[in-house]
Amino acid sequence: MKNKYSIFSLIKNSFSYHENWQKAWRDPEPKKTYDAVIVGGGGHGLATAYYLAKEHNIKNIAVIEKSWIGGGNTGRNTTIIRSNYLWDASAGLYDHALKLWEGLSQELNYNVMFSQRGVMNLAHNLHDVRELKRRTHANRLNGIDCDWLSTEEVKKFCPIINCSPDIRYPVLGSTLQKRGGTARHDAVAWGYARASDAMGVDIIQNCEVVGIKRNRDTIEGLDTTRGFIKTPKIGVVAAGHSSVLANMAGIKLPLESKPLQALVSEPIKPIIDTVVMSNAVHAYVSQSDKGELVIGAGTDAYISYTQKGTHEVVEGTLKAILELYPIFSRLRMLRQWGGIVDICPDASPIISKTSVQGLYFNCGWGTGGFKATPGSGNLFAHTIAKDEPHKLNSAFDINRFVSGDLVDEHGAAAVAH
Amino acid sequence: MFIIKCPYCGERDHSEFNYGGEAHIVRPKQPSELNDDQWAEYLFMRKNIKGLQYERWNHAHGCRQWFNVGRDTSNDKIHFVYKMGENPPK
Repeated sequence: MKNKYSIFSLIKNSFSYHENWQKAWRDPEPKKTYDAVIVGGGGHGLATAYYLAKEHNIKNIAVIEKSWIGGGNTGRNTTIIRSNYLWDASAGLYDHALKLWEGLSQELNYNVMFSQRGVMNLAHNLHDVRELKRRTHANRLNGIDCDWLSTEEVKKFCPIINCSPDIRYPVLGSTLQKRGGTARHDAVAWGYARASDAMGVDIIQNCEVVGIKRNRDTIEGLDTTRGFIKTPKIGVVAAGHSSVLANMAGIKLPLESKPLQALVSEPIKPIIDTVVMSNAVHAYVSQSDKGELVIGAGTDAYISYTQKGTHEVVEGTLKAILELYPIFSRLRMLRQWGGIVDICPDASPIISKTSVQGLYFNCGWGTGGFKATPGSGNLFAHTIAKDEPHKLNSAFDINRFVSGDLVDEHGAAAVAH
Repeated sequence: MFIIKCPYCGERDHSEFNYGGEAHIVRPKQPSELNDDQWAEYLFMRKNIKGLQYERWNHAHGCRQWFNVGRDTSNDKIHFVYKMGENPPK
């Protein structure tokens, strides 16, 4: 990287009052042709471009973003990272991502503030206890760290949780993945953007795709608001808008796009040093370095692209939060927002070729894509470069909806959306 | 957040209703003759439209009747409501 961030560059720039830092990435005009074009400049799209350039030596590529990079779900999620999924295929996929997270700041020369503060999944009834114990064993068989905590151990690990037996859904135990945690979501997009830009990737913002041109079953290029771009390979990583892009290409996806909300409180002193999730009552919370509580709410039931959800969903989540953490009862909420998530019928993603030669889709991450960002980009880059899936994403082919070989993670995801 | 005009009860908050997904997906007449691709199309593939979508709603906390709605998914505006079995207004 030509301008490496280090203690020396920091000292050097302090002499000029930090006014001469180089731009983190260029703002190029789109070229007429590229070897590959990634549609969608979120974390997954930028990571795809990074690994295409770095691991597959395909550097004449562009990332096309209709607004600004990281402005979609990458900047709207609750930044939780974990890999404690039930099924083997998911465990392989998400732990691949977690291993990449562990070295990401060094690799990108960009501090993504990855913090392995642990992720707890609470059990509130007998069925939860059985399911989560089963998941603990399944995780361990797949080489993923996972501990079971009794109610007393929960209280010890995170003292502010209300472990009283008198509450409506008492805490009967919890899983704990110590390698899980959080990262700074914007930094992930910016770090991947800067590192791919340094290898020659063109990051083109404010450029919307309006059409996908194909000659029978082969990709020819893209119509964008900044002109036609010729390319033999298109990787679509458009999250909630994946179906819109699929319609342009004349194919159908098994997705439904729904609003998912999150909210943060006013900043307070450090009070919760881990991530606590609860499926049964739908509440999850962590604390950002700024001191805000970061709270994830649920999805609305209906398809919508409005990036705003309904009040009932937020209310339901906050009711559960207050029962579990009475200490938060007088906190005010600072901001609330929504993102559009693309949900597959089996709640697992699609990282796949399509029936059109040169057209690839990475979508269906639904309510939990952030944690997979590095792994998703890494495996999608492999799929695009080799024109065949990596063994870790072969189970996430779009044809599983034809064969019936689904990866049903509905019950195994940490919260029910 | 929006108001839905139930054809039987009138205008109510959408929280009284359950969403039933894309409308006018017809169950195959001869299920045993479908191949896997056709089953996938029927069971899983959805238009997921950004724009005017025809969809089903159920007035779960009211008359419990099913009906169809034409809603713009880009702004949640409802353009028309029509009964089950009817074709969408042109």
